[in-house]
Amino acid sequence: MTTTETPSERPERSVPKPVFTDAEAGAREFPDSGASARRYNYFAPAKRKQTHYEDVTVEVQPDPRHYLTQGWIYGFANGETGYPLHWTKLKAWGVDEPEPQRGIGTGGLPVENWPAHGWHEFRDPNEEWEQSLYRYNANVVRQLTQNVENARNAKAFTMWSPNWVRFVERHVGAWMHIEHILGLYVFASNERSAPTNMHNTALAANSTRKIRFAQDLALYNLTLTEEIEGFDGTAHLDAWNSDAEWQGARKVTEALTAIENDWGEAVFAANIVFEPLIGELFRSNLVMQSAAPNGDFVTPTVMGAGEYDFAQRDLRWTIACFGPLVQDREFADHNRQLMSGWLAKWVPQALEAARTMQPLWSAVDHKPPRFEDSLDRVKNRFAGICSDLGLDTPEELKL
Amino acid sequence: MSRQSLAKAHQKIQELAWEPQYHEPYMKYGTDYTFRKSAKKDPLKQVLRSYFPMEEEKDNRVYGAQDGAIRGNMFRQVQERWLEWQKLFLSIIPLPEISAARSMPMLFHVVPNPELHNGQAIQMIDEVRHSTIQQNLKRLYMNNYIDPAGFNNSLRNFQSDYCGTIGRQFAEGFITGDAITAASIYLTIVAETAFTNTLFVAMPAEAAANGDYLLPTVFHSVQSDESRHISNGYATLLMALSDEDNRQLLERDLRYAWWNNHRVVDAAIGTFIEYGTKDRRKDRESYAEMWRRWIYDDYYRSYLVPLEKYGLTIPHDLIEESWKQIWEKGYVHEVAQFFATGWLANYWRIDAMTDEDFEWFEYKYPGWYDRYGKWWENYSRLATPNGHNAIVAEDVDYVYPHRCWTCMVPCLVREDMVMAEVDGQWRTYCHEVCRWTDVEAFRPTYQGRETPNMGQLVGHREWETLYHGWNWADVVKDMGFVRDDGKTMTAQPHLDLDPKKMWTLDHMRRMPPLQSPNVLLNEMSDDQRQAFHADYVRQGPAGRPAPTDA
Repeated sequence: MTTTETPSERPERSVPKPVFTDAEAGAREFPDSGASARRYNYFAPAKRKQTHYEDVTVEVQPDPRHYLTQGWIYGFANGETGYPLHWTKLKAWGVDEPEPQRGIGTGGLPVENWPAHGWHEFRDPNEEWEQSLYRYNANVVRQLTQNVENARNAKAFTMWSPNWVRFVERHVGAWMHIEHILGLYVFASNERSAPTNMHNTALAANSTRKIRFAQDLALYNLTLTEEIEGFDGTAHLDAWNSDAEWQGARKVTEALTAIENDWGEAVFAANIVFEPLIGELFRSNLVMQSAAPNGDFVTPTVMGAGEYDFAQRDLRWTIACFGPLVQDREFADHNRQLMSGWLAKWVPQALEAARTMQPLWSAVDHKPPRFEDSLDRVKNRFAGICSDLGLDTPEELKL
Repeated sequence: MSRQSLAKAHQKIQELAWEPQYHEPYMKYGTDYTFRKSAKKDPLKQVLRSYFPMEEEKDNRVYGAQDGAIRGNMFRQVQERWLEWQKLFLSIIPLPEISAARSMPMLFHVVPNPELHNGQAIQMIDEVRHSTIQQNLKRLYMNNYIDPAGFNNSLRNFQSDYCGTIGRQFAEGFITGDAITAASIYLTIVAETAFTNTLFVAMPAEAAANGDYLLPTVFHSVQSDESRHISNGYATLLMALSDEDNRQLLERDLRYAWWNNHRVVDAAIGTFIEYGTKDRRKDRESYAEMWRRWIYDDYYRSYLVPLEKYGLTIPHDLIEESWKQIWEKGYVHEVAQFFATGWLANYWRIDAMTDEDFEWFEYKYPGWYDRYGKWWENYSRLATPNGHNAIVAEDVDYVYPHRCWTCMVPCLVREDMVMAEVDGQWRTYCHEVCRWTDVEAFRPTYQGRETPNMGQLVGHREWETLYHGWNWADVVKDMGFVRDDGKTMTAQPHLDLDPKKMWTLDHMRRMPPLQSPNVLLNEMSDDQRQAFHADYVRQGPAGRPAPTDA
C-alpha cells in the first residue's frame, strides 16, 4: 500500500496582487485619447515627422523665451542665469528680441511661435542620445580590441622595424594627449555653455569620442609595451613634453582650452581649423600612410577609428551647427565676419604648428608622401570645409 | 577588456593627465573653496573600453524589457493612480539628470585633480544616458497608457507648472552659483548619495507593486550608475576637507543642501509613494519607514556620521528635524493634500483616497484620519462637477497656504512659518532653515566671510504672482493644461475618463479669481502682517483655520 504525503501548506506571502485595470491605450474614448495625442506636442520637428532623437532631446533644457514662466530660479553671483545666449559671440535670429517680462498678473507669456530664436533649429545629424552613443562607441572599442588581439596572436608586432617602434612609442603615443585635452578641456568643458540641449548633448558626445580615442591610444600603447621587447611605454610623455616637433601642436591645443567665454569659438577652432589642419595631417597623412610600408597593419586601425570619429561624426555636427549661422536670416553678416576673424586667428597658428611637425615625416624608414604634399591635401580639405560652411577660404591658408 | 586588467588599464590612462605648459585653461566657473593639490584617487576606476560595452548591455536589457512590457500588455495591469503621478515625475527628472551632466565641467574648472576629471567625464556621459532614457520611458507611457494627456505636453507643462518649478531646484541647484556648492555638495554629496535611494530604489519598488515594471527596469539601471557617482562626490569632499578654510563653507553647504533636498524630494517622492499607490498591504513599508532605512540609517549614520572624524560638521539637528517633519508633523501628508487642493493647476489626475487607503494610513500613521480623513472625504464628494466649484474654492476647512520663497513648497506645517523683508519684499518661508538659506547663505558674505562666488535665489518664485487676479479658466488655458477638444482639462480630481464627468474650462470660469498670497502679503500694513503671521502659525494641521477660541 502506498501513502501520499500531504505537502505542508505554504504560508501565504505578502506580495502585491495583479489587478486588471484596462489602462492600455485605446481602451476608452475621451478628449486626448486619439492617436494624434500620442506625440510630444511642445516643439516643432525639423522635418515633417518628429524623430526619436528629437523626442528625447528637444526642450529638456528650458528657455525663458519658451515656457519657463517663473524664469530661472538660481543665478550666478554676477546675475547670470541658466544658459545665457551671450556665452558665445555668435548670434542666431531672434536672440536680440527681449525676453518676456513677467510679473504680477502678466500670465505665463508662453512662446507663441516656437522656437522663438534660431538656436533651437539645430539638430545633431548624428542624432546622439544614449542608444546611438553607446552603440557607436561600444562597436568601436569591440572592433579595436579584436584588431589588437588578432595582431597579438599573429605576432604582427615582430614585423615592425626598430625605427617604426620608436615612432609609434613616441609620436603615435604623443597624439593621445591632444585627444585627451580636446575631449576633456575643450568639448566637455564647454558642454555647460551652449544655449540648447541639442548643442550641449552634441558637445558631450563629441567629448566622449575624444576621451575614448585618447584612452584607445593609451591602452594600445600599454599592449605594445607588453608585446614588444624594448618598447618604452613612457616615451610618449617625453615626446609630448620635450620634442620640438610636438610643441607647436601642444601650444595650439592648450590655446584652445584658453578661449575665454565663447563655446562657439572653441568648437569652431577645434573642429573646423585644428582637426583638419593638424589632426588629419598627422593621423591620415602621416601615421596611416606610413604604417603599412613599415610593416604595421594594426596602428592604422586604431588611428582610423579616431579618424572616422572626426570625419563622420564630429565634423558632421559641427557643419550642421555653424553652417546655418552663416546663412542666418538676421545675423549672417555678423556670424560670417566673426568666423572669418576666427579663421584669421587660428589658421596661422595651426599652420605654424603643422610645419613644426614636419621632421616627423622623415622619422621612419619607409617614408610617407612628402610633407608639403600632405599639407596641400589637408589645406584642400580645409578649403572644402570652409566652402561647405559658406565661408571664404582665408588668406592665411596661403602662408 | 582584453588581457589588460582594469587596474592596470586605469593606471595607464593616468598618463594622460595634463599639466599646462603654454596656456592655462579658461576657468569659467568659480568657487570660494580652496584646494591643495592633494592627490585623491579616481574612485571610479572606469576605462571607456569596458564602460561602453557595459552600458550598451545595460541598455539592451532595458529596451528588451520595454518590448516585453508592450507585447505582454503591461498597461492592462497598471494602476492609473500610479501612472498619473508619473506625468509629474517624468516631466521633472530628465532636467536634473541632464543638469548633472552639465555640472561636471564646473568641477573640471575648480577641482585641481586630473585623475578625478576622468570620473567626472564618465559621470557626464552617464547623465546624458539617464536624461534621454527617461525621456524615452515617458514616450513609451504616452504611446501605450490609456491617457496620454500630460505626457504629451510634458516639458511645456513642467516648465510652467509650480510643481515643476519646485522640482527645478533639483537641477538648477546643480549648475549655478559656487561650483563646489552646486556640483559637489548639493548634487553628489546630498542629492545623489542620500536621496537617489528614495528616488531610484524605493519609488521603483512601489511602481512594480502598481503593475508598472518598466519604471524599476529603467531606474534601477540608472541607479547602478549613480552608485559610482557617489564615489566622485566622496573624493572631492575629502579633498575639500583637507583644507581648514573650507570647513565653514562645508558646514553651510551641507545645511543648505540637506534641508533643500529634504523639502523638495520628500515632498515629491513621499507623495508618489504614499498617495500614488494602490498597494495597501499593511506590511509594505511606508515612506517614513523607507526614509528611516534609506536615508537615516544608510546615509546619515553609515555615510555622513563617519565623516565627522575628518572634521566635517554634520547637521545633526536638521536631520532630526527632517525626521520630525515627516513623522510628527505630517509633512508628506500636508504636501499631498496641497497637491490635491490645487489639482486644477496641474496636468495629471489625482483621485480621492478611499476607505482602504484610510485604513492603511491610520495603521501606518496613527491619528492620520483625525487630521486628514474629513478633508479627503470632501475631496471625494467634490470630485465630479455637479454645480459646485473645485475644492480650492469650496469651504472645506482649508486655508490656502503661502509659498516658501526658498524651497517654493508652500508653508504647510503652519506653526513653522517665518517671514522676512528681503530686498524690499516681504517673503514667507516654510521653516527657519529656508529663511536662513535665502537671507544668510545665498549671499556674497557669509558670517563675515567674503563669498563672491555664491549664487543667488532669483526668478518669480511664487507661481500665483503671475496669475494674480486672473480667472481660473484663463489660468489653465494660459498654461496649456487643456485637452484636444479645447475645453476639457488635462487635470481631473478623479480617474473617470467619462467626458461627462470631466471638468472643463467652463467649470473654472465661474470660480472666483486666483489671488497671490505674496502680493496680498505685501499690500498689508505692518500691523496687518503681524496679525496675519500670528494667525497663520496657529493654523493646521491639514490646513485648518486657526481656532477662534484661543
